[in-house]
Amino acid sequence: MKDFLNSWGLSLAIFVPLVGAVVMLVIPKAKEQLHKVIALATSLVVALVGVLLLANFAYDDGKTLQFVVNKSWIPFINARYELGIDGISLPMIALTMLVVPLCIIYSWNHFPEPKNPKAFLILILILETGMIGTFCAQDLILFFVFFEVVLLPMYFMIGVWGGEKRRYAAMKFFLYTLFGSALMIVSFMALYFLSDKVPVAGGGFAHTWSMQELPVAAAGISTTAALWIFGGMFMGFGIKVPMFPFHTWLPDAHTQAPTVGSVILAAVLLKLGTYGFVRIALPILPHAAEKWAPFIGLLAVIGIVYGALCCLAQTDMKRLIAFSSVAHMGFVMLGIATLTDFGINAAIFGMVAHGLITGMLFFVAGSAKERFHTLDIARLGGMLKQMPRMGWILGFSAMASLGLPGLAGFWGEFPAILSAYNPGGNLNAGLFRVYMVVAALGTVLAAAYLLWLYQRVAFGTPKEEFAHDPHVHDVTFTEYVAWVPMLVLIVVLGFFPNILFHVTNPAVTHMVSAMGLGS
Amino acid sequence: MTFAWDAPSVDFHALAPEIIVAATLVILLLVDAFTGEDQRWASSSIAGIGLLVALIPIASLAYDGTTRIMFGGGYVVDNYALVLKALFLLSGYVVVLLSTNYIAEGDYWEGEYYQMILASVLGMMVMASARDLVSIFVALELLSIPAYMMAAWRKRDLKSDEAGLKYYLMGVFASAVMLYGMSVIYGYTGSTLLADIAPKIGALATSTPLVTLGIVFVVIGFAFKVSAVPFHTWAPDTYEGAPTPVTAFLAVASKAAGFVALLTLLFVGFWPRHDVWEPLIWVLSAATMFVGNFIALRQTNVIRMLAYSGIAQAGYMLAPLAVAGASPEAASQALHSIVIYLVIYAAMNLGAFAVVLAVARKTRSAESDSFGGLFSYAPGLTVCMSIFLFSLAGIPPAAGWFAKLGIFQALASAGTTSGYVLAVIVALNSVIAFAYYGRLMRIMWMEDAPDGDVSPIRVPWSITAALVLTVGVTLVWGVLPGLVTHFTDPITLLAVGR
Repeated sequence: MKDFLNSWGLSLAIFVPLVGAVVMLVIPKAKEQLHKVIALATSLVVALVGVLLLANFAYDDGKTLQFVVNKSWIPFINARYELGIDGISLPMIALTMLVVPLCIIYSWNHFPEPKNPKAFLILILILETGMIGTFCAQDLILFFVFFEVVLLPMYFMIGVWGGEKRRYAAMKFFLYTLFGSALMIVSFMALYFLSDKVPVAGGGFAHTWSMQELPVAAAGISTTAALWIFGGMFMGFGIKVPMFPFHTWLPDAHTQAPTVGSVILAAVLLKLGTYGFVRIALPILPHAAEKWAPFIGLLAVIGIVYGALCCLAQTDMKRLIAFSSVAHMGFVMLGIATLTDFGINAAIFGMVAHGLITGMLFFVAGSAKERFHTLDIARLGGMLKQMPRMGWILGFSAMASLGLPGLAGFWGEFPAILSAYNPGGNLNAGLFRVYMVVAALGTVLAAAYLLWLYQRVAFGTPKEEFAHDPHVHDVTFTEYVAWVPMLVLIVVLGFFPNILFHVTNPAVTHMVSAMGLGS
Repeated sequence: MTFAWDAPSVDFHALAPEIIVAATLVILLLVDAFTGEDQRWASSSIAGIGLLVALIPIASLAYDGTTRIMFGGGYVVDNYALVLKALFLLSGYVVVLLSTNYIAEGDYWEGEYYQMILASVLGMMVMASARDLVSIFVALELLSIPAYMMAAWRKRDLKSDEAGLKYYLMGVFASAVMLYGMSVIYGYTGSTLLADIAPKIGALATSTPLVTLGIVFVVIGFAFKVSAVPFHTWAPDTYEGAPTPVTAFLAVASKAAGFVALLTLLFVGFWPRHDVWEPLIWVLSAATMFVGNFIALRQTNVIRMLAYSGIAQAGYMLAPLAVAGASPEAASQALHSIVIYLVIYAAMNLGAFAVVLAVARKTRSAESDSFGGLFSYAPGLTVCMSIFLFSLAGIPPAAGWFAKLGIFQALASAGTTSGYVLAVIVALNSVIAFAYYGRLMRIMWMEDAPDGDVSPIRVPWSITAALVLTVGVTLVWGVLPGLVTHFTDPITLLAVGR
C-alpha cells in the first residue's frame, strides 16, 4: 500500500477528477442524475486517496517531502513532473479534498440558473485537479500550469452561473489574476536563469525549476535582482490572496459567483496565493523576503482594517463576507510577513480555518439567497424565528469568524497577531509591534461587523414581505450533509489546534531555519 | 574562352518533398484540363494527398539526419528546414481541408485554387532551405504571388477584390524595398550567398551606413510579410475580405514563411551585425504587440479580431530576436522559441479559423454577435474555440502557454535589462490580449443566441477532421511539450549552434 501510494498517490489525487470529468464529457447532458453520481463518486474517490495519504503520512517527519514523484516532463528546459507533499501542503490538500465533495453534495438540488449540471460539475472536477496539483507541485513550471488551470473553470463558473453582473465580475477576476501570474512567470524565468546550475540525472549541469533545489541554487542572485524577482512573485501571489490594494476583484467575484463557486473561491483558491508565499517566495529568496516583509506587513494590516471598515459599510450579506475575507487574509499575510515559525504556523492554521469558516458563511448566505432571493441586509431579519437552525448555524459561523476562543478562527488570528511582537530576521520589531496593535484593533472591528450583521439578519421578527413566504424553510437534508463536517471540524480544530500544528510545525520550523535569517 | 557548364549534382532525396509537391501541381493541372466541371471535387483530394505524401521523404530525411548542402551552399536541407517544411505541408493540408466545402459550395474555380495553394506551399518549402539572397527572393515571390490571387478569389465580391489588391500593392512595395536592400548588401559584399555575406559585413567597420541601410531595408521588407507594426496596415482588410480559408493560410503559413526568411537572414547572413537589427526589432516587436492588442480590443468582427491578434502574436515572436545577440545561449534560445512558437501558433490559429468557418456556415457572418449562445447549440465547437482562445492567450494546459514560456525564457536568458523590459511588455500584453479573447468566450458561453436561433450546425467532415487535428495537437503539446521540443531540439542555423 505504502509503495503504491509513494509512486501513484499524488498523481491519482490530481488526475482522478480529470478522468471523472472526461467520463462525464461523453455522457449525454440529459442524464443529470448519472452526472451527479459520477461527480460525487469521483470526488469521494479522491477523498479516499486523501485519507490514505493522511494515514500513511509520516507526521514526525513532516519536514521532508513525502510521496515524491520526480519524472522527466519537458527535458528541453529541464522542467520536471515533480510532486511531493510535506506538512505545509498536507492541510491544504486535505481541505481541498474535503470541500469539493461537500460542494457537490450541496449542489445536488441547488443548481443555479441556467442549471446544466453536466457542465457545472465538470468544471468543479477540473477545478479540483488544478487545486490539488498546485499544492502538490514541486516544480515551478508545473506549479504555474496548475495555478493557471484553476482560473478557467472559475471564470466560467462565475460568468455562466453567476448573478446579474456576472460577466463583469468574471472578466475582472480573470484579468486581475492573469496580470499577476504574467508577472509571476517572468519572475520564475529570471529565477531560472539567474540561479546556479545544478547537476542533472544524465550528467552535466542545467538550470532548475525545482522548489527543492532552488533555495540553494538561488543563493547567488544579486540583491537587486532578487528584490525584483520577489516583486514579481509578490504581484502574482498577492493578487490571488488578495492583498490590499489588489483586492478589488474579490468582492465582485464573490458576490456574483454561484454559492459553490464562492465557497471554493474562499476555501481554497485564495490560499493558492498565501501558499505560494510560504512554499516558493520565502524559502527561495529569504533575503529579498526580509526586505519586502515590512511592506507586506503594512499592506496586511491595511487590509485588516480596510476590509473591516468596508464590511461595516456593506448592505449585501455576501459582499460583507467577501470583504471579511480581505481582512482575514490580512491576518494570514501578517503571520507570514513576520518570517517566524510561529507566525507561519499561525498563517497556515489561519488558511485552513478561514477556508472552513468563510466557506461555511458563504454556504449559509447562498442558502439564504435561495430562500429570500435577496441578500440585502435591510430586507432580512428574524432568521432565528423563521428558521432557527439556519439562524444558529449562521451565528456559530459568525462567532467562529470573529475569532472566538474554542473555535478554529481563534488559532489563526491570535498567534498571528502575537507573532508580530517578535518578528524574525532583522526585521524592525518596533514597526511590527505597531502592526500588532493595529491588527488587534482589527479583531475588535471584526467582532463589530459580524455581530452587527448577525443582529440585523437573525434577530428581531421576520420582515412582512417574507413572513408568510412558503419558500422560506429551515435547513434541508442535503444542506446538513454538506455542512456538518465543516461545523464539526471548526469545533474540533478549535479545541485541539495541535492536530494541525503538529502537522505543520516540523515543516515550518525546518523551512524557517533553512531560510537562515538571523534572529 | 569557352565555358564548360557542369550540371550541379542533385540530391534527389533531399529535393523529394519539393518534387512531390510540384508533381502534384502538374497532376492537378492535367486533371483540371481533362475533366469536366462535375469532377472538380477530385482536386482537393489530390492536393491533400500530395501534401501528405510529401511528408514521407521529410520523415526519411529527418531519420537520416545528415545535413545536405546543395548548389554551392545556396540550398540547405537540415533539421531547421525539415521541421519548417513539415509545418508548411501540414498547415497547407489543414487549409485544404478547410477549403474543400467552402470552395466547392461557393462555386469558385476549384481546380485553379488548389494549384495556387500548392504553388504557394512550394514557395514556402523552398524558403525553408534557401540560404542565398536570390533564392530567398524567388521563394518569397513564389509563395506570395499565388497568395495575392487567392486573396481576391471571390471575384464578384468587392471586399475580396480590395483584399487582393491591397495585399498585392503592399506586398510588391515590400518586395521592392527588400530587393533594394539586398542589392546594396550584394554591392558591398560581392556575394549573394548568406554564408559569404556574414564574414564580409562582419569585417567591415561598424559604421558603414550603407550596410546598415541594406539590413534595415531587408528587415522592413519582411516586417511587411509578418505584418509587424507599422507595416501591418494591409493585414486586417486583407484578412477580412479574403475567403476565410485563404485568411487562415495567410495568417499562418504565409506569416510563418516570413519568419523563416527573417530567421535565416538574421542568424546566417546578418549575424555579425546584430548591433544593427536588434534595436530595430526591439522597437518593432514592442510596437507590434501594443498596437495589435489595443486595436484588437475594439474589433467587433471575429476575423478582424484574429487578424489583429495575429499581429500581436507576431510581436511576441519577434521579441526574442531583439536580444538574440547577447550570448550564444540567448541566440539558440531565440531560434528555438520562435520555431516552437510558429509550430504551436499554426495549430491554434488554424483551429480558430476552422471554428469560424464552421460557425459561418450557419450564420453567414463572422461578426462577434453572431457567436452569441454558441454554447447552447454547438457545445463541441464552443469548447474547441475556447481551447484555441486559451491557447492564444497562453493559458495552460493549451499549448500556447509553452510557446509563450519559450519567449519569456529566451528574453530572460539574455540577462540584459532590455530583455527583461521586453519580457514585462510581453507579460502585460498577454493580459491585454485576454480581454478580447475572453470577450469572445463570454459571448459564446454566456450570451443568448441572436434571434433565439438555436438550430444546430452541420459541420462537414473535412472541417471536423481539421478540428480534431488542431485540437489534438493543441492539447497534447500543451500537456506534453516534450513532443514539440523533440523535433525542434536538434535545430541549428549556421551561426547559432546549440
